[in-house]
Amino acid sequence: MSNKNYTRREFIRNLSVTALAGLSLPLLSSCSREEAEDFLQKHFLEMTEEEKERVIAKLEQRYLEQYGRKFQISTQEALPETLWGYGLELSRCVGCRRCVYACANENNTSRYARQLHWIRVLRLKRGNLINLEDSEHYYAPETVPEKGFIYLPVQCQHCQNPPCVKACPIHATWQEPDGIVVVDYNWCIGCRYCIAACPYKGRVFNWAEPNLPKDEVNPNVHYLGNRPRMKCAVEKCTFCIQRVRAGRYPACVEACPTGARKFGNLLDPKSEIRYIIERKRVFRLREDLNTESRFYYFFES
Amino acid sequence: MTLKSLRMRTTLSALAIILLTISTFSSLAVGAGQEFPVPPPPFTEGIFPCSNCHASMEVNRKKRELKEEHTKIRMHHAETMRWCLDCHDAKNRDKLRLYNGELVNFTESHRLCGECHGNLYRDWRAGIHGKRTGYFMGTGKRTYLLCAHCHDPHEPKFKLIVPEPPPFRPTDRRNVK
Ligand code: HEC
Ligand code: HEC
Ligand code: HEC
Ligand code: HEC
Repeated sequence: MSNKNYTRREFIRNLSVTALAGLSLPLLSSCSREEAEDFLQKHFLEMTEEEKERVIAKLEQRYLEQYGRKFQISTQEALPETLWGYGLELSRCVGCRRCVYACANENNTSRYARQLHWIRVLRLKRGNLINLEDSEHYYAPETVPEKGFIYLPVQCQHCQNPPCVKACPIHATWQEPDGIVVVDYNWCIGCRYCIAACPYKGRVFNWAEPNLPKDEVNPNVHYLGNRPRMKCAVEKCTFCIQRVRAGRYPACVEACPTGARKFGNLLDPKSEIRYIIERKRVFRLREDLNTESRFYYFFES
Repeated sequence: MTLKSLRMRTTLSALAIILLTISTFSSLAVGAGQEFPVPPPPFTEGIFPCSNCHASMEVNRKKRELKEEHTKIRMHHAETMRWCLDCHDAKNRDKLRLYNGELVNFTESHRLCGECHGNLYRDWRAGIHGKRTGYFMGTGKRTYLLCAHCHDPHEPKFKLIVPEPPPFRPTDRRNVK
């Protein structure tokens, strides 16, 4: 990797010169010594194995103090011959939000002030599929599904052509060889360009230190995935990188009571996702933007 | 051929269109048990083995309203065309009965459903209709949910469920420090 991609400090210096500094100030102004130390840490892709080990050990120690739990932080790399794809059968989704909370629990998202979710379930009037503007995600009926509505869960679509990655001025977010778009939370400066660039609202921002109760922590984490985040970091769905690289279904797939959620390797002809693409009516959100998402919605037949 | 099976033939002919799909799945008859590992069937506690009661009972093949036992069971599943003993074996109540008379365990009830719901059964085996859990790859265990885990075989329409709460709105007290 050439150094050029990862000159974060230079970027910030330029920023302050160009008076745009307001954007990055939240991070710099609230900087503790620990944060400063993290700030000097290298970009994940540039670390040697040894440096990774040191960083992991430091993090494990910090999480132990913060959450009273021994964490397992994986840095497992992408598997060869693998390109992940996701399938979601719209005709089966009932909008029950089991996926939303299974995701939050698995991925250690902030529970309150502010609550962060990586999945939003949109409710749309039937026959109104195209118009996402007309959707709402605070619906709260006694039971679901409701007559006359369909539900459209949205999360990071892991585009082959991700606008967020292009928007990031310092390469703190990138696409892994298996297609997962990840964020190096330590490298992220919180400028939120990526959030603005994502047409799916797939990314969320830690406006404050995340609130994650100790007894709700999931200690099995990946460095580029569900490890606890910090103030000013951007985060989003990683297809449960910590699970899928070990061959396990993502937490949302496991949680779905209707079996609407499917996952697999696009390069494996026997995978669920290939079966879907070859036999079902599939579509992707906002195909007009050429994001080439790897998140396939489909219908029966 | 007994009168009973003759009657069944005629009633079932109404389902002929659905049943056309059966032949496609004959290859499945062997070894289905190992091929589709499943969690335990979702029985009411204490009801299995059924033979605890039924072994000592006379078989009553008459279609009727049950008054003594199983009174909560409502048939809303092509009920006009069939009766309990089309699916449950009359003599061995611990088994299900396929159309051709073969007896299968409750851990293979998907084979029974598959006889009439061929397309969905094909999707189910590929992990598309219904659901597989665990490891999709490697040596870890992967299990299939039975049709019966999601559909009550007697009243198979997917039940309404209570949704989890909506996310906090940005202005929600719980969302503000
Ligand atoms: C479409 C085939 C079918 C028909 C018709 C049918 N059953 Fe069942 N029944 C099943 C299957 C499959 C199961 C297994 C459910 C499971 O795995 O828990 C079952 C389960 C049961 C159980 C156990 C339920 C429990 O609480 O765990 C009872 C009792 C039963 N059936 C009685 C009946 C009676 C009585 C009738 C007629 C009114 C009937 N069944 C009609 C397929 C059928
Ligand atoms: C507690 C004892 C008991 C158990 C356990 C039990 N049954 Fe029954 N079952 C009965 C009785 C009694 C009747 C007759 C009810 C009536 O005529 O009102 C009956 C009736 C039935 C019938 C209606 C046809 C017939 O033979 O009368 C079916 C089908 C049936 N049971 C299936 C099952 C299945 C399948 C299981 C196990 C999953 C099961 N039963 C377990 C007591 C039991
Ligand atoms: C003998 C043929 C037959 C078998 C065996 C059979 N079904 Fe059905 N099923 C039908 C027919 C016909 C309908 C449509 C009529 C109806 O809904 O009553 C139907 C409808 C359904 C529906 C849709 C119900 C609705 O209201 O939306 C479901 C779900 C279903 N079956 C599941 C199952 C399951 C699970 C099994 C196995 C336990 C099974 N079926 C076994 C014939 C069958
Ligand atoms: C993980 C849960 C799950 C499992 C397992 C499952 N289904 Fe379903 N099934 C559903 C849902 C959800 C629907 C949609 C219900 C609705 O629209 O009201 C459905 C719908 C159906 C229908 C109605 C027709 C349709 O396409 O909507 C049939 C028939 C059916 N299932 C049969 C089966 C059979 C047969 C099996 C086993 C081979 C099975 N299901 C296994 C969840 C499941």
